[in-house]
Amino acid sequence: MHNKTLAELSAGLQAKTWSSVELTQHFLDRIKRLDPNYNSFITLTEDVALAQAKAADARLAQGDTNPLCGVPIAHKDIFCTQGVKTTCGSKMLDNFISPYDATVVANFQAAGAVMLGKTNMDEFAMGSSNETSFYGPVKNPWDIGCVPGGSSGGSAAAVAARLAPGATATDTGGSIRQPAALCGLTGLKPTYGRVSRWGMIAFASSLDQAGPMTRTAEDAALMLNTMASYDPKDSTNIDRAVPDYTAQLNDSLAGLTLGVPKEYFGEGLHPGTQAAVEAAIKQYEAMGATIKSISLPHSHLAVPAYYVIAPAECSANLSRFDGVRYGYRCENPADLADLYKRSRGEAFGEEVQRRILVGTYCLSAGYYDAYYRKAQKVRRLIKQDFVDAFSEVDLIIGPTSPSPAFAFGAKGADPIAMYLEDIYTIATNLAGLPGMSLPCGLVDNKPVGLQIIGNYFDEARMLNAAHQFQQVTDFHQQAPQDIA
Amino acid sequence: MQWETVIGLEVHVQLATKSKIFSGASTAFGAAPNTQACAIDLAMPGTLPVVNEQAYRYATMFGLAIDAEIGKRSFFERKNYFYPDLPKGYQTTQLESPIVGAGHVDIALADGRTKRVRIHHAHLEEDAGKSLHEDYHGMSGIDLNRAGTPLIEIVSEPDMRTAEEAVAFAKKLHSIVTSLGICDGDMSQGSMRFDVNISVRPLGEEKLGTRTETKNLNSFRFMEDAIKLEVERQIDLIEDGGTVTQETRLYNGERKESRSMRSKEEANDYRYFPCPDLLPVDIDDDYIEAVRASLPELPDARHARFKDTYQLSDYDASQLSEDLHTALYFEATVAAAKDAKLSANWIMGELAARLNAAELTLNASPVSAQQLGGMIGRIKDGTISSKQAKEVFDAMWAGEGDADTIIEQRGLKQVSDTGALEAMADEIIAASPKQVENYKNADADKRPKMLGYFVGQIMKASKGQANPQAINDILLKKLNALL
Repeated sequence: MHNKTLAELSAGLQAKTWSSVELTQHFLDRIKRLDPNYNSFITLTEDVALAQAKAADARLAQGDTNPLCGVPIAHKDIFCTQGVKTTCGSKMLDNFISPYDATVVANFQAAGAVMLGKTNMDEFAMGSSNETSFYGPVKNPWDIGCVPGGSSGGSAAAVAARLAPGATATDTGGSIRQPAALCGLTGLKPTYGRVSRWGMIAFASSLDQAGPMTRTAEDAALMLNTMASYDPKDSTNIDRAVPDYTAQLNDSLAGLTLGVPKEYFGEGLHPGTQAAVEAAIKQYEAMGATIKSISLPHSHLAVPAYYVIAPAECSANLSRFDGVRYGYRCENPADLADLYKRSRGEAFGEEVQRRILVGTYCLSAGYYDAYYRKAQKVRRLIKQDFVDAFSEVDLIIGPTSPSPAFAFGAKGADPIAMYLEDIYTIATNLAGLPGMSLPCGLVDNKPVGLQIIGNYFDEARMLNAAHQFQQVTDFHQQAPQDIA
Repeated sequence: MQWETVIGLEVHVQLATKSKIFSGASTAFGAAPNTQACAIDLAMPGTLPVVNEQAYRYATMFGLAIDAEIGKRSFFERKNYFYPDLPKGYQTTQLESPIVGAGHVDIALADGRTKRVRIHHAHLEEDAGKSLHEDYHGMSGIDLNRAGTPLIEIVSEPDMRTAEEAVAFAKKLHSIVTSLGICDGDMSQGSMRFDVNISVRPLGEEKLGTRTETKNLNSFRFMEDAIKLEVERQIDLIEDGGTVTQETRLYNGERKESRSMRSKEEANDYRYFPCPDLLPVDIDDDYIEAVRASLPELPDARHARFKDTYQLSDYDASQLSEDLHTALYFEATVAAAKDAKLSANWIMGELAARLNAAELTLNASPVSAQQLGGMIGRIKDGTISSKQAKEVFDAMWAGEGDADTIIEQRGLKQVSDTGALEAMADEIIAASPKQVENYKNADADKRPKMLGYFVGQIMKASKGQANPQAINDILLKKLNALL
């Protein structure tokens, strides 16, 4: 049952082949049995899940046709869930029970989906390996000696290990796409403003965007149909009708122009990854797409600009975690300054502290123009690169991350090496564009991700291209060996 | 040496919106601590701000009222600092692109001249909560009810030269924002708070002296005292060979003393940057014109109209037009009384004195404008004398109802019936041959004075209810006929 896609499970629910309670129990049992190997969940919400499953079965019995009704999924622990611990992977929020639901969570609830639990993640979504979580690293189901990617590593490992057919995730610089690539999944970061950020604990507000993590493009389309909505509670959310993202899945790719940026095939790209991506490009050509070499000349500035803007925003976003109203508070503070310093010093991990410090520095008097303002200018140039590119091509394709999953500790000592993990994904966040990753091969039995970048609000076309690729390839069907 | 004082003001005005600037929580004053703070105000993880459109409208109204350029594109920034009553660890405010640009306000000086005070800009921002340091189980308490209340901060140019000018400016701003209806103007609840930047320089010197900022003054009286104290302190300091340190100072109004809060070196680096949770707000000309068309009458226009329509003196007109509530009260009184001058006199005289003595605002006056106007109408039509009016006023103040009821119940009607008064006059004249003789023999210019006896006798006989003017007329006629 767990090897079925979300679409197949949904069809079985609609056909009453199985009930939501059966399905939910099956996945809960798997999580309890297997997750000790992966550490992909922080919180298992068994009671909530079974209650929701029962309610979903009642709705299904009444003829509810929502494809998500009764489908069990997992939520990244960055989404606030009412009455359920919401930690964001941090000691800071280890005791935090959210008083309200994120809009994304509420949307799934309204659709009748079942929440299995909350997935592990890099602390406050800062990391590309899931090694910064207060709850310990998540292991990659393809090779438990390797990282699953990050920051949505728990969601990725859970779906890859068939502990859930789909999971929510968030992407600030690649946090959906890179773990999707490293775990052999289909993950989509929508256009900035497509999915509400209400209740999604902010890392870098102008870059954060939630999206689905699934095994297939069709499943991603089904989840995005529910995730995307207009939400007046998020001022950066865009009031634009949500199309049916499954509607164009089967369109032909004939006549489609795919741009391949030459900057994405330079130094640092693993030869195995490069070969797999190039093979995928050939495959698209065979399917009738026109391949065009393009240039995104400011690509090399994306990582440096990102590591000014994201830390700057996070330095303010994380100020609310001060030990005053909720979350971690140090023991016996001597005075106010001590309360702040020790609460934050004791509860934030090293990477979070590093980014807060970098961000604080970038915004300081005398440095603002040299760092923050300049980074914003670079951001506009990067955006313009894409605007120019999309005047010639329909979609852009290339690698998602420079190499397959790496071993624990391999990049931990060198933040820059870790930051370069997101070298191909960060630019789309800076530009606000949608991007996705889908499996396109294996290197040393570890998955390789193909990235598709679309124009603003062109998620349906991206999903169409991904789905068509998955009709003629079986990379998305390959599973890790030891997932029982 | 002669010194010149240079004063600039930063004025925080709480906007009278029903809900907060970035959340739907109520802004009402006085609720139990933390009962009017929602998840957004508490800065719960994952919460996001949404701008209150009414706050933008109010700020735009203020901008138009001071003839300022309205920011076509304004945006919010984060001002970062840690304090327990600042839940997000930053204040959402405006710096680079405020909603209201440069404008000006005219103030009347004591010598009758008008002075123009330039406004540098005014920006929208959120208020912080309150830290309660006293009597809280030995700890500090935090009340976040006020957190997120919309404010406009009005920043003046350093155009004022005396404490009196600064107060006149502050009062004018109070008058403008209350007339616009964008602020309730209740200073006791912190609806308007003043930060005063003060420096001194030798008269004739162009270069500005080092300034200090005295923060959070919440009454005109405190502001005036604080400025005078600080000016004196600075001059004494310099004359004793010292220098003024740029610092923030706190003024204690009860003790009439100030102390340094922090120096420039200790000042925070606020690390402002545009708030990524809020998009820039674009305002078009149609919006601005619609707001302009909806502006209520402003204090200057009202002042001119009062002079013109009611034939009031410049002084009376400004006393009555400055405060919106007073102006509304005055006009309602006139509507009932049909006499502007009498209405003005009663409001600025008896009523003001009584309110003052009882420490009441006009809003809380026990005598309504309709009641006062009704009473004045009865003076005007001769029903009661001015002396009786005082009694009627007292009774209205005590809550005995409107003037007509009181006049009826107390039988206060003055006798204006000519026949009755003439009969009384005849009686008195007949009963007072000596006084009549004296009157006849007196010089013409002494006679009016001697009339007083006869008036007094009739008032006595009528138990004070005779109309003095009518008696005067009748007595003059009758006595002069005897000459």
